[in-house]
Amino acid sequence: MILATFLQDPNFIRVLYIIAFGLFIYGLSGLTGPRTAVRGNQIAAVGMGIAVIATLLLPELGSNWVLIIVGVVIGTIVGVPAARQVKMTQMPQMVALFNGVGGGAVALIAWVEFRRSGGYQDTATYVTIFSLFAAIVGSVSFWGSNIAFGKLQEIIPGRPITLGRAQQFVNIALLAGAVACGVAIAGGSHAEILIIGLLVLAALLGNAVVLPIGGADMPVVISLLNAFTGLSAAATGVALNNTALIVAGMIVGASGTILTNLMAEAMNRSIPAIVRGGFGGVVTAGGTGDDGVEKTVRSTSAADAAIQMSYANRVVIVPGYGMAVAQAQHAVREMTKLLEAKGVEVAFAIHPVAGRMPGHMNVLLAEADVPYDQLKEMDDANGEFGRTDVSLVIGANDVTNPDAREKQDSPIYGMPILNVDESGSVIVLKRSMNSGFAGIDNPLFYNEKTAMLFGDAKSSVNEITEELKAL
Amino acid sequence: MLVTNLAILVLAGFVGYAVISKVPNTLHTPLMSGTNAIHGIVVLGAIIVLGSGVGGWLSKLLLVIAVAFGTINVVGGFLVTDRMLGMFKAKREEPKQEAGE
Repeated sequence: MILATFLQDPNFIRVLYIIAFGLFIYGLSGLTGPRTAVRGNQIAAVGMGIAVIATLLLPELGSNWVLIIVGVVIGTIVGVPAARQVKMTQMPQMVALFNGVGGGAVALIAWVEFRRSGGYQDTATYVTIFSLFAAIVGSVSFWGSNIAFGKLQEIIPGRPITLGRAQQFVNIALLAGAVACGVAIAGGSHAEILIIGLLVLAALLGNAVVLPIGGADMPVVISLLNAFTGLSAAATGVALNNTALIVAGMIVGASGTILTNLMAEAMNRSIPAIVRGGFGGVVTAGGTGDDGVEKTVRSTSAADAAIQMSYANRVVIVPGYGMAVAQAQHAVREMTKLLEAKGVEVAFAIHPVAGRMPGHMNVLLAEADVPYDQLKEMDDANGEFGRTDVSLVIGANDVTNPDAREKQDSPIYGMPILNVDESGSVIVLKRSMNSGFAGIDNPLFYNEKTAMLFGDAKSSVNEITEELKAL
Repeated sequence: MLVTNLAILVLAGFVGYAVISKVPNTLHTPLMSGTNAIHGIVVLGAIIVLGSGVGGWLSKLLLVIAVAFGTINVVGGFLVTDRMLGMFKAKREEPKQEAGE
């Protein structure tokens, strides 16, 4: 009995919460370095465990134990296998999905809060406001994340789906509608239709905001929605007067915002411009040049590529989404080993937004046991293309497009790119001459230094590997 | 209570800012996934509201879904991050067996 009293002492529970968010912060700071990251994540997970235990000790808990267990069991049954089995290439959509359910939970909590207080009767106004804020943002995050998942999983077309000029008006109207429902509730209306209307309008807003965004911008969107879910969790924390939720949610909200900004900067785009959407929709001229000059591409064979690389001193590999789609990372690793055995210096140049998520390439290559000190970030890599004999571009496009440097009217003008055209020669592995995700033509392919090796990235790399073995 | 919570809110915001402002690109995906797991803490909110008593089958159903959602967010998020980070290796040792696909 004494033990129970002690365990349920509000101050003891508060201390547990403090330990928990201390561990979150410590763990997160570990996540910022490759050497400490695994432990950092585990420390944060321990923090989460402590926060859950502390919550279960709360004296006001006393009913519905069975239902709590049912919910946790369902969540575990769904979450664990999903996390265990997802392929590394599908990581971005998995994160989108996990983020979405978090936002969904926030929205559902707010809805039930409304129901059990009879429309926030006898509730402090600030609690109502924070709870409604959480409801709107949570619902936007849930639906937006699901759309992002659908696009990355290619259930929904990756290209922008827009209402054209009306888009912005529709978005603003939806937001205004959701806020109006919220204002009516805060003003004293108790009709449940208002909270349902708020959630539905916010849901439509989540759809309307993410559908027009092209697949190339998806990483930034997921990161932004991640920050949103964090903020909504913090708002739920204020409404429920729960410190752990406030701190954890806010840390995610703040760090997610910065991360989003870093990604947007890497693409030289502003977050508002991305959210306004339609980037991928600005399709400019295709294969033939708009300057009237007929452009030709030179194609090469796996054998030629193998010979060229094996006689190089230094080869830089530039991976992109094509490598991820073709699951070519292991094949690339094998080819790299062979080249190194022949005394060729091999490095990987990683553009910050290569793939569908920042660091996406790093994860894939790490999966294939490429040591991370072989992966060069953009600034380091760009300093060294001058002394590189061969750049091998595997399924990357927009991040190598010289138009970003030179052509002022290009939609991607100003985006920092990997200057592969400074190297001695360039080999591009590509499925076809289709333009990249941004739908823009890439003059690199017509450069006289460039040779194209058409085909699926994985089989092309395998062919090169076979040729290397035969040399 | 509101003022204390607001103070915590603001301070936590700055902590989040300070912790993240220097991260190598290499770790952006795991970091996003890790912070994603942390906001799964909303599961606590769902547990508190459910455990402190709600009536009506609809409210209960909504909360069970919320608890399940939150659990997926937490458990899945940490596991996925762990899997990703486990693949980062500093030096080339003898290649381990490759993860099943």
